[in-house]
Amino acid sequence: MTLNALERERQRRERRTLAALLTPGLLWLILFFALPLVIILVYSFMTNGPRGNIVWQFTLGNYVDLFTRSIYFNAYLRSIWISVLTTVICLVLGYPLALFIVRQPPRWRTVLLFLVLIPFWTNFLVRIYAWQIILANNGLINSALRSLGLPPLTLLNTEGATLLGLVYGELPFMVLPIYAALDRFDFTLMEAAADLGASKRRAFWRVMLPMTMPGVAAGSVLVFIPTIGQFVVSELLGGAKVDYLGNLIQRLFLRSNPPNWPLGSAMAMAMMLVLLALILIYFRTTTEEDR
Amino acid sequence: MIEATSTATQPRRAARPALEQGRLTWGGLVLMACAVLIYLFLYLPIAILVLFSFTRDQFGVRWTGFTLDWYTRLFANERLMGATVNTLYVALVSTIVATVLGTLLAMALERYRFRGRNSVDTLIYLPIVIPEIVMAVALLAFSALAFDLIRLLTGETLRRSLTTVIIGHIAFSVSFVVVVVRTSLKNFDRRLEEAAADLGANSWNIFWRVTFPLILPGIIGGALLAFTLSLDDFIISLFLSGPGTSLLPVEVYNKVRRAVTPEINAISTLMLALSITLVVLSQSVQRRQ
Repeated sequence: MTLNALERERQRRERRTLAALLTPGLLWLILFFALPLVIILVYSFMTNGPRGNIVWQFTLGNYVDLFTRSIYFNAYLRSIWISVLTTVICLVLGYPLALFIVRQPPRWRTVLLFLVLIPFWTNFLVRIYAWQIILANNGLINSALRSLGLPPLTLLNTEGATLLGLVYGELPFMVLPIYAALDRFDFTLMEAAADLGASKRRAFWRVMLPMTMPGVAAGSVLVFIPTIGQFVVSELLGGAKVDYLGNLIQRLFLRSNPPNWPLGSAMAMAMMLVLLALILIYFRTTTEEDR
Repeated sequence: MIEATSTATQPRRAARPALEQGRLTWGGLVLMACAVLIYLFLYLPIAILVLFSFTRDQFGVRWTGFTLDWYTRLFANERLMGATVNTLYVALVSTIVATVLGTLLAMALERYRFRGRNSVDTLIYLPIVIPEIVMAVALLAFSALAFDLIRLLTGETLRRSLTTVIIGHIAFSVSFVVVVVRTSLKNFDRRLEEAAADLGANSWNIFWRVTFPLILPGIIGGALLAFTLSLDDFIISLFLSGPGTSLLPVEVYNKVRRAVTPEINAISTLMLALSITLVVLSQSVQRRQ
């Protein structure tokens, strides 16, 4: 009887502690994260007023515009395409780098990994800006060309520069998860594969790559997500010559006169749609313990 | 990602088979050449940026001699200095709040089983996997609506300010703190708490005398990450800061959009130095754990 009462008292106290731990953080996330997302979801079905105000009238027009008007739809496709491209290039560069680091003796490994971490922690804007100095018309490469008597090249304000900047900016996000996966990989398996007659190439494709796939998947998601929403790189290095989804959203919300928040919201939602598909693939292809 | 970095910083000490170490092969050489090139790719632009913050060239793109002028000019630029103070203030406040909220959430998720735990988990991870621009426009729409509502109810007119930026920064950095603190709670030996309980300590004492000191490196690691994220954040700062409030990344962006200047090279170099200091700090904290 008293034991029961004690147990009840203990449970009650535990529930109270749990509530105290959960409530502040959850409230914050619900109020300042979940609710705002719901608001733009609702806005994406609303009508834009003549002065850029929200008219509370249901419409599918924003989505129709987005998927039928070529300026919007092209930006959508372009964003997806450059994100895929960036992810693939980061993978091709990041995997060998992670492999190289993981095969060094521990002391070197720490240093080399640290060198990947620094850009990871460094201001993205600053790192993108650094490329302007190199690529500008009067920049480093062109002064070098000029001093060699060669004609200057247009490097800055091109789509190539945008891609370069994105790869440069996101590469650390690919290297770190792949490194973590390779660190868990048992390299004696490669010897086993060789003993069984597999060539190195075959052993890589059939053993190492499949077993480090969770790292590859995590890295790809981490690179893809910021890339699909980017607008800074295409403005600073691409010269805002062509629009990506991020540029359009930024303009519709902040710069247009009048602004068009419903259309901008629809674009944000369309972006989330791509990510939802991506995350579903991620969860389908990896198991619980992989993550 | 965060878990990846923290495991990555504690390299497995187990000896690798002889085949993997110390033998030079063609494949190994090619791999090394690739790695060297990628490190050059990562660091050359940064090195050039630092170098050209000391150039006399007024366009900041050529080397014409050493000067510290741009740095002195920077410190005389009241607008930039004001933005720096604002940025540090926002980072400090948002870090404190995010660290407290995140640590509490991490404790709840790691120590308790309760209904809806998976949903809470998902809600916490979402801010990490959502593009920042989506979060930024959502918060902008939310703040506009909230301000309208407040004006309707109290007649008071509010504007976007540093406070709105702080709220936004907390909303994303809480999640990162949770991830980092959870990792250190996972590695935690629960028997230490049980031993303290056997010795008669109550749960309050157990937390402050046993649990807290042992997960402190994780908490500091989370706080440093939150601080860095806030300092570096540009997108949410752009959308949520009002017309009168300037933040450093936004100022830099507005200048950079026009042209390269040695002054921007100088401020970028200082920001770089700060980032490196923070990453060194976070690494040494994690190593102690």
